[in-house]
Amino acid sequence: MRARVPALVSLAAVAAVLCVLPFTLSDYNVSLAARVGIFFVAVLGLDILTGYTGQISIGHGAFMAIGGYSTAILSRDHNTNLVLTMLAAFALCFLVGLLVGLPALRLSGVYLALATFALAVSVPALPLQWSRFLGGRDGVQTSTTVGDVWLYGAAWSASAILFVLAWLVLRGRIGRAFRAVRDSEIAAVASGVELPVYKTLAFGISAAYAGVAGSLFVLATNGFAAPDEFGIALSLQILIGAAVAGLGSLWGVLAGAAFVGLLPSVSSSVPVIGSQHGQDVVFGAAVILVMLLLPGGFAGLLAQLRRLKRA
Amino acid sequence: MASTATSRLGGLRSRGAALGGVVPPVSLLLLAGAAGLFVGSLRSSVFAQLTVQGLALGAVYGSLALALVLVYRATHVINFAQGELAMATTYVAYQLIKWGLSYWEAFFATLTIAFVLGTVLELALVRPVQHRSVIAAVIVTVGLFILLDGVVNWIWGGDFKFMPSPFGTRVYHVGNVSISRLYPGMFVVVIVSVLLVWALFRFTKLGLGMRAAALRPAESALVGVRVDWMLAVGWGLAAVLGAVAGLMAEPSQFFLEPTLMQPILVYAFAAAVLGGLESPTGAVVSGLAIGVSLNLVVQYVPAITSELQTPVAFAVLVGVLLVKPSGLFGHREVRRV
Repeated sequence: MRARVPALVSLAAVAAVLCVLPFTLSDYNVSLAARVGIFFVAVLGLDILTGYTGQISIGHGAFMAIGGYSTAILSRDHNTNLVLTMLAAFALCFLVGLLVGLPALRLSGVYLALATFALAVSVPALPLQWSRFLGGRDGVQTSTTVGDVWLYGAAWSASAILFVLAWLVLRGRIGRAFRAVRDSEIAAVASGVELPVYKTLAFGISAAYAGVAGSLFVLATNGFAAPDEFGIALSLQILIGAAVAGLGSLWGVLAGAAFVGLLPSVSSSVPVIGSQHGQDVVFGAAVILVMLLLPGGFAGLLAQLRRLKRA
Repeated sequence: MASTATSRLGGLRSRGAALGGVVPPVSLLLLAGAAGLFVGSLRSSVFAQLTVQGLALGAVYGSLALALVLVYRATHVINFAQGELAMATTYVAYQLIKWGLSYWEAFFATLTIAFVLGTVLELALVRPVQHRSVIAAVIVTVGLFILLDGVVNWIWGGDFKFMPSPFGTRVYHVGNVSISRLYPGMFVVVIVSVLLVWALFRFTKLGLGMRAAALRPAESALVGVRVDWMLAVGWGLAAVLGAVAGLMAEPSQFFLEPTLMQPILVYAFAAAVLGGLESPTGAVVSGLAIGVSLNLVVQYVPAITSELQTPVAFAVLVGVLLVKPSGLFGHREVRRV
């Protein structure tokens, strides 16, 4: 994510298109675009963890659940301003992410995948147990709800702020340390990178992003946080988004977010496959195809194209 | 020279010490557990019923865990779609029975279909990503999970389907304990399948080839083992074990639905990790242990309701991973940098 002039131009173009979009789209399409924005935040967060430090997580739906529930509960009990609840979700999930990152220090590869899978399966079961505070199966309702345009603005503003934040964090010392950890932990330690610090930090940042995405996600479902919304399927979607995105490219993350945010809705409007299950078939097949055909995700494809152009 | 010899001996000795230090506590623990179950069953008929039921469910978890372990040993991939594959093959059996086959005809026909399906999936989808990265392989199996789920829902719909009971409805009475024939039936079918797969690996040339291909692919290829085929056959056998798990899980739930195997996959993961991911025995024994202990804990520990069953199982799983990442039966992996 190094800034060059063409990169700045494309950034400005994306920002301009995003500013104009809500005035040209129908209400339904604005809500879809907001959904893409929410996934953008989550996929960006996971990209920092998986792409930069090489730690896999199938548990980001759990962090989204924590973020979403903090928004819903703060709004229900204290009528807190919704933007403030997002900041709270960011902070809380950062701390929880650090805590989860600690045990993750001892795990890697498939073991980390299984442990985070465990997290994703376990967290949605907690509201059922402590139903007085967490609302049980019926969920928690925020005191105020928001419209599609508000949500669109919030989702893409959050995306922009968090994208710049990611760029600032990753371009310097911390980003170098993250990449060193990914490429070889032993070499990183030998060069003076404190492994525990950077691995947990990556988990914290990544979880904080997922927390903000979770807040927005709850607002997108009419301010309603329920355990079923945060099932394992959500974690899998974010992981798929990050894989489709590839590593460290704005366009990649946009493509990944659009892939998981739009493909199900778009394919459901096609006549023959237009059912809930038809769209699952298409989505599953598309995921497999993308992984088989684009090893580096969308970012890898772009890099390849750029190399072709230069040659 | 002398120093290398002693260090080699030292290495051997330390491995022996590691084995000596690990296996007896685990087997002692298992013996104590078995004794506890036996004594408990003599004292309380509810306890006995829960134990038998837990063993039957545990056998199902164990067989799916064994499928995961076979796949992991063959291709170093965690197959997140293993449960959905089992569920899909169970639907195939349902369809065959609807077309007029008897239960057991459909059972064996389904196992054949599962074998072919598993082999084909390995060749078509897993082969290309196998050597790329953990993440790529995980995502492909996750895509397969969603795809199979969608296909089953598309063809058969999401409503409950009913299959004939494989073991009839007789109830056995032992003392004052009454046990439905279902649970011993499930247990026997699963354990016999597991033993058959074990015998295949242990006593046939095919099994030898598969073990060689999994352990030392390059060297096996040099001595004439068709490594690619062996790995595909490994996936096929895993799909067969999964199909057995699915077919035996169905009667324990009394109906068939597309989410049949999702909770079971979660426990199978726990069992596979507890057993050390590489250990077939470990997977089956851990599966049985998880089945029995979950069934008993929910009944007898008031703080743990059935809602908390999964989180508790996973707290244990993560705990084991942290204290002993190689599981109870595995040995520590040593990797060259």
